[in-house]
Amino acid sequence: MTVSNHRWRNFKNALMQVISFACAILVITPLVLVLCHVIESGFAAINWAFFTHLPKPVGETGGGMGNAIVGTFVLLGQAAALGVPVGVLGGIFLSEYGSVRLNWWIRFAADIINGVPSITWGIVVYGLVVVPMHGFSAVAGGIVLGLMMVPLVMRTTEEVLHLVPAGYREAALALGISKWRTILQIIVRTALKGIVTGILLALARVAGETAPLLFTAFGNPNWVRSLTEPISALPLQIFNYAVSPYDDWHRQAWAGALVLLLLVLFINISVRFLMGERWKGKV
Amino acid sequence: MEGQSMTSSGALSLDERMEQKPTSAALTVRNLSVFFGAHEVLKKVTLDIAPRAVTAIIGPSGCGKSTFLRALNRMHELNPEARMTGEIRLFGDDIYASTVEPVVVRRRVGMVFQKSNPFPTMTIAENVTVGLRLNGRRDKKLLAERTEQSLRMAALWDEVKDRLHAPAISLSGGQQQRLCIARALAVEPEVLLMDEPASALDPLATSKIEDLILELKKNYTIVIVTHNMQQAARASDFTAFFYLGDLVEFGATSKIFTSPSQKRTEDYVTGRFG
Repeated sequence: MTVSNHRWRNFKNALMQVISFACAILVITPLVLVLCHVIESGFAAINWAFFTHLPKPVGETGGGMGNAIVGTFVLLGQAAALGVPVGVLGGIFLSEYGSVRLNWWIRFAADIINGVPSITWGIVVYGLVVVPMHGFSAVAGGIVLGLMMVPLVMRTTEEVLHLVPAGYREAALALGISKWRTILQIIVRTALKGIVTGILLALARVAGETAPLLFTAFGNPNWVRSLTEPISALPLQIFNYAVSPYDDWHRQAWAGALVLLLLVLFINISVRFLMGERWKGKV
Repeated sequence: MEGQSMTSSGALSLDERMEQKPTSAALTVRNLSVFFGAHEVLKKVTLDIAPRAVTAIIGPSGCGKSTFLRALNRMHELNPEARMTGEIRLFGDDIYASTVEPVVVRRRVGMVFQKSNPFPTMTIAENVTVGLRLNGRRDKKLLAERTEQSLRMAALWDEVKDRLHAPAISLSGGQQQRLCIARALAVEPEVLLMDEPASALDPLATSKIEDLILELKKNYTIVIVTHNMQQAARASDFTAFFYLGDLVEFGATSKIFTSPSQKRTEDYVTGRFG
């Protein structure tokens, strides 16, 4: 092999490196721009009242999104109550039980469901929950977000359980530990960080959903008193304010977007940090 | 006696011995065949595993050694394709009887694997007692006693007694393997199976494991699969040579390595093939 051949190879290598680096920058750029813009536009409207007060009627300045912030937490709590157990147990079934054929169909269904546009979920739950209950409600909003979480949590749970080396299963079973205890206290515990990460990603994903909530939670300008009443949520409030013609509401919408963004970031970072401290080198 | 060496075709002499001393064997294997799907991995293997002795299983890759070992505590059943015929008795009990649960067999027949696999979420002490705790034993005093006792038997106590609550994965490879042995011993099995327990370790760690095996055989029946001829010669009392699913020859280790009755055994132990 000649020296010039090597030079040409090195050049190609360097070129590809530069191109892939440029693409990586291209991916990050919009993210950084959005972040900067949201922070710049939203920060000015954030104050104590924004977190604690109800929205003011049109024409009055001030007020806040306290009801929407509380509403988002209430909805996420309900969604987790439905989506986490069903998703995690489903993922355990896919990874540890079932037959190849059955599991193929379940995975296929989960992936299809995952790809269903979120507004379709809204209509489905509208038909299943809102119509029979004769009204929009917080419960309906929680159910729709919970249902959207199920396939996400199920698939990530399955995948992280698959990452647990077979040697741990064998070691546990060879000690005469029963299968369900092996799964629950060896396999799931080893993969816990990954499962929690999957749950968080699913929560972060549904926290920003707006379309399905239009048909279910609907929105509510007051504090929520009961789960059978309509409830507000940050994305709903942002949507309503952003399409309004008032500058003050636009500012509040930016602030709401910033809070939602920080909420999602905060959940992710803090729990990852907590989970990552005790045991290094896990799945 | 001379009859300790036998071939798979010489099952009769073994049966004769069994009649003389009917309870002498820890494990009696009769006409054991194991299939994975249509593939017959083990073919009508018959042999006796002597109690409080080390039996080495040798043979080239793919000869069915590991399958044989895993059939002894029903671990081969983790493969849904697996199927067996024949009979295995553990101190007289049929371990494949329809009323016997695999978990019960595995509590009596412990296993140590080629790759050390301490549970990464647990401390050293938690790893030792996991088999007891997950079977419902909660007595703290008993668990602490069993931790020390098992770690001492595995020759690991002095190295870890000051850091029992450190993560198990902070140990070195050789220490991790001895921890796995301690973990298997803590449930007080009657037989200990070892699947190439030292093949991933450096020579020093290997010699520690071999010393440990010689120490453990005072109380335990040990069956060890090994690729290492020197290891089989050093550490075992009996040796079984498997080839392509057949038990070619089984007898006292000294005889297998010095004057085997089968040509294939001689070729293998002298390194002419395999």
